[in-house]
Amino acid sequence: MSDYLILDKVTKSYPSPRGPSIIVKDFNLRLRKGEFVCLIGHSGCGKSTVLSMVAGLSEMTEGGMILAGRELVGAGPDRGVVFQSPCLLPWLTAFGNVMLGVEQAFYTASKEERTQIVEYYLTMVGLGESMHKYPGDLSQGMRQRVGIARAFALSPKMLLLDEPFGMLDSLTRLELQEVLLELWRKDRKTALMVTHDVDEALFLSDRVVCMTDGPEAEVGEVLEIPFSRPRNRSALLADPEFYRLREELLTFLSDRAGRPGARSPVAGLDSAPVPKTIPRPAAPAAKHRSQLATTHP
Amino acid sequence: MRNIRSKLDWLLMPLVGFMIAVAVWEFVSVALCKELPSPAKTWSESRDYVLKPFEKRGEMDQGILRFTWYSLILVAKGYAIALAVGTPLGFMLGLSKTFTKIFDPIIQVLRPVSPLAWLPLGLVLFVGAGKQASELGALFTIAVCAMWPTVLNTAVGVRAIPQDYLNVARVLKLSRSKTFVKVLIPATLPYMFTGFRLSLGIAWLVIVAAEMLTGRPGVGGFLWQEYNALNYARIILCILTIGFVGFALDRLMGCAERCFKTA
Ligand SMILES: Nc1ncnc2c1ncn2[C@@H]1O[C@H](COP(=O)(O)OP(=O)(O)O)[C@@H](O)[C@H]1O
Ligand SMILES: [Mg+2]
Repeated sequence: MSDYLILDKVTKSYPSPRGPSIIVKDFNLRLRKGEFVCLIGHSGCGKSTVLSMVAGLSEMTEGGMILAGRELVGAGPDRGVVFQSPCLLPWLTAFGNVMLGVEQAFYTASKEERTQIVEYYLTMVGLGESMHKYPGDLSQGMRQRVGIARAFALSPKMLLLDEPFGMLDSLTRLELQEVLLELWRKDRKTALMVTHDVDEALFLSDRVVCMTDGPEAEVGEVLEIPFSRPRNRSALLADPEFYRLREELLTFLSDRAGRPGARSPVAGLDSAPVPKTIPRPAAPAAKHRSQLATTHP
Repeated sequence: MRNIRSKLDWLLMPLVGFMIAVAVWEFVSVALCKELPSPAKTWSESRDYVLKPFEKRGEMDQGILRFTWYSLILVAKGYAIALAVGTPLGFMLGLSKTFTKIFDPIIQVLRPVSPLAWLPLGLVLFVGAGKQASELGALFTIAVCAMWPTVLNTAVGVRAIPQDYLNVARVLKLSRSKTFVKVLIPATLPYMFTGFRLSLGIAWLVIVAAEMLTGRPGVGGFLWQEYNALNYARIILCILTIGFVGFALDRLMGCAERCFKTA
């Protein structure tokens, strides 16, 4: 019973004129408590489908899900969800948006206690100054900060993030990765995050789960990410292991994702040879990237 | 210089329009239709009603703004009924497909019926109310005619709520009532106000017809009485008053609508 979240043979299909179209089939995944797992795969393979089933936003067709020893049924504030678009209610301030969730999750707490929780998390994501602004007056990055604060402020059993930085420019994205990691470090919530950014997955997670291409997508390859925490982006970028893992992921995504079951392709006449040497970015480029990463707290 | 001109444009341009309209009116009254009172005659016959707008000389002989006031009160009552019935109906249509399937056809059939057709039915319905019958009949007519834009716009607004907002409500497991108050209503508000504005316009249209037919004191009743008394100049006074009041109401609702658009 050391597994905190268990997805057992989770299957999702939609009815279609030509029989049910199976999007995800026999998806098995186990997360340990406090583990940060990234789900990676090509666009349209069913990552969001898996996540929204765990979130309880869509029903699974077959299979079972267990969170903290209990069968998962329906949605609830025990899972903090961060959507790709921040999904803030535009008629509530940043404070109001987070409070809406906190009121649900802490319905026995006093008003002062709730206010403290909301203010704490908004300050943590760097919105201490603008917590009473409306989403319309916040930048895209700031809105996503509110989204992250809302998920954490629920004090949920686990976090579900669906490409939370997918709509942000790369600079803001790096910044928010740090914000997320910093928050996560505090209470080590079990987290399942969807992304299609290999670097992001490597930087954030303990394990990267690759999904095969749909239809009938399933778990392809699982990679342990051994880097110690707290992680430092520039140290990571200087580590050869980082590039080895990165290459492995990219190879899977470009080569094997499309062919479920093809575990080890034999380099034959019909398939391009897998490069043996690991291409490293030129030194100046690496330096530039680490600068980007360190200019932000 | 150009700047000042463009600032005055909003005032000057409409004035030019009004002057053209008055000129056409003058021309028609002089050259085409002798029965039509000229602008000057209209003014001289209406000045008592305009300059002492709140005077009450008799039941059907009162200052024009006093008549307008009566009409506005009646409209306010009928409009309130229309919103009180129309908004919940709109929400039910927007939320339930079954409800829509059952009631949408009836609504589509009732919607185009003219106030002139509803009023007699209203009078019949409330015939038991005695002296109150004409007022209740008028209210019924206003409410029945004015509620459709509110019903339909609210329904459209509810259906147009982004799935994102509903997902937030589901993920946070908001109770039904909380979802309604915190998510559904605020998200629908802009559409609701569009409906409210259109409804008010219709309510004001209907009032005149209702007063004309029932002979109640008010702008419409006054208009009909003056027509029967062959005082055509005051018909024009009434028409202008109705127009200006309608315009002012629409502007007022437009402001309210804009307030909620940003939210
Ligand atoms: N309501 C639906 N009905 C039918 N097919 C759907 C529905 N929602 C999603 N899909 C299909 O499921 C597949 C996976 O979608 P999604 O999980 O959003 O992919 P990803 O998040 O990995 O990009 C897509 O091919 C999409 O067409
Ligand atoms: Mg997706």
